[in-house]
Amino acid sequence: MLSVADLKKGAKLTIDGDPYVVTAFDFVKPGKGQALYKCKMKNMITGVILDRTYRSGENFEPARLEEKDMEYLYKEGTHYTFMDQENYEQVVMEEDAIGDAKNFLLENTKVSVLLFGDKPIGVTLPNFMNLRVVQTDPWVKGDTSGSDSKPATVETGYVLRVPPFIEEGELIVIDTRTGEYSTRVKG
Amino acid sequence: MSAERASLQIRAQVLQAIRSFFSEQGFLEVETPVLIPANAPEEHIDPVHAAPWQLQTSPEVCMKRLLCRGHDRIFQICRCWRADERGTRHLSEFTMLEWYRSNADYRMLMDDCEALLARVAACCTKDGLFRYNGHKISPSASWARYSVQEAFLRFAKADPLACAQNGLFETVLTEKVEPALAEHNTPVILCDYPRQMAALARIKSDNPAYAERFELYLGGLELANGFSELTDPVEQRQRFDEANRMRKRLGKSELPLPEPFLAELGAMPPSAGIALGVDRLVMLTVGADRIDQVVAFTPESL
Repeated sequence: MLSVADLKKGAKLTIDGDPYVVTAFDFVKPGKGQALYKCKMKNMITGVILDRTYRSGENFEPARLEEKDMEYLYKEGTHYTFMDQENYEQVVMEEDAIGDAKNFLLENTKVSVLLFGDKPIGVTLPNFMNLRVVQTDPWVKGDTSGSDSKPATVETGYVLRVPPFIEEGELIVIDTRTGEYSTRVKG
Repeated sequence: MSAERASLQIRAQVLQAIRSFFSEQGFLEVETPVLIPANAPEEHIDPVHAAPWQLQTSPEVCMKRLLCRGHDRIFQICRCWRADERGTRHLSEFTMLEWYRSNADYRMLMDDCEALLARVAACCTKDGLFRYNGHKISPSASWARYSVQEAFLRFAKADPLACAQNGLFETVLTEKVEPALAEHNTPVILCDYPRQMAALARIKSDNPAYAERFELYLGGLELANGFSELTDPVEQRQRFDEANRMRKRLGKSELPLPEPFLAELGAMPPSAGIALGVDRLVMLTVGADRIDQVVAFTPESL
């Protein structure tokens, strides 16, 4: 169990069966009175923000979260299937929980899946992923529009801006934290 | 000039303004030990232990003993320590101003507060205003005053005595009352607390459920806590014992009693005393929202 002394930014608790992360915290103590611990918390599954005030002596269930190395296998409708690298068990995650990671997920990518109990609630990709450009307009020599980037679609269907010299069929490196073009893959 | 330099400079000016204000009023500046065998036990204040003694949570015990010895107007600026208090407005080690008057009650302390804040605002701010959390507070306009009962009824539709009974006093105070006090553009005095919220204060003669204690708020920030002192050693010992009983119920350690203080208390003239958080006064003067902005070092940076 956690006590109020464990409450701080980044602490993870279970409330009504859901995992929450403390996003803002303050200690208040009106005039020689009992201390109050004010927390702003985010539901790690739904993203809903919650304000709660606790008093000394209260206890909390920690959120039992675990990160596991998994391999992304395939997608069926809005279900994404991953395989645990240790025991080869498969887990299925909803598109909502995957978030922006779906833009960069390729089959057989090694990822880190965040589990709350048995429930997968998030996925962390490698910081950089190589993805192939499937559509982009050719660079016209002597283009005077002054534009230093153009849109390109990669194999996952994600569209981003790339430098004008990138051609269809090229492999590019994308920073998965920002979703932006990082560099081209040489050779 | 860097923000750090500016806030350190204002801190120095505030300390100087406090000292000159009190010496002009005929107060004697005193120093008392910070390492003591016993503080006045409080239900919700935990001392920092420095075996076999403890650091002061307030200089009150020694300062009241000076009152007993006939020093009638005294003040002190000193460091105090309270275990596990850390937040945007709290540091475990902080600077306290306390002053005491013999043959006075808490109303005279309220007058002192008005004069002191007017002085600090005049000497240490550009426009005579204090600032906190987007609020501008003018100490020269006439101050708002509420009894705790009025404030609870008006801002929370709650009875403070019932709240004190069922343990919701602090919650109602911080959730309902303090935000309403923050909307005032003058300092606010909140006075006459339920007696169980005032372990060292004299009970009101016309309403024994309440004690002569007040708090001073600026922009919703609690700045000072003063009261008419309890001078009855028997009653004082009972209240210390009661504080220790409450501590035991909360699973906290019982604290030793300041016996020499209890032994001398019978000689104390009717008096009034007040504690003011100097770091918070500097915050108001600088216009800082976090206490970290007005100290040279936070514990985390050591």
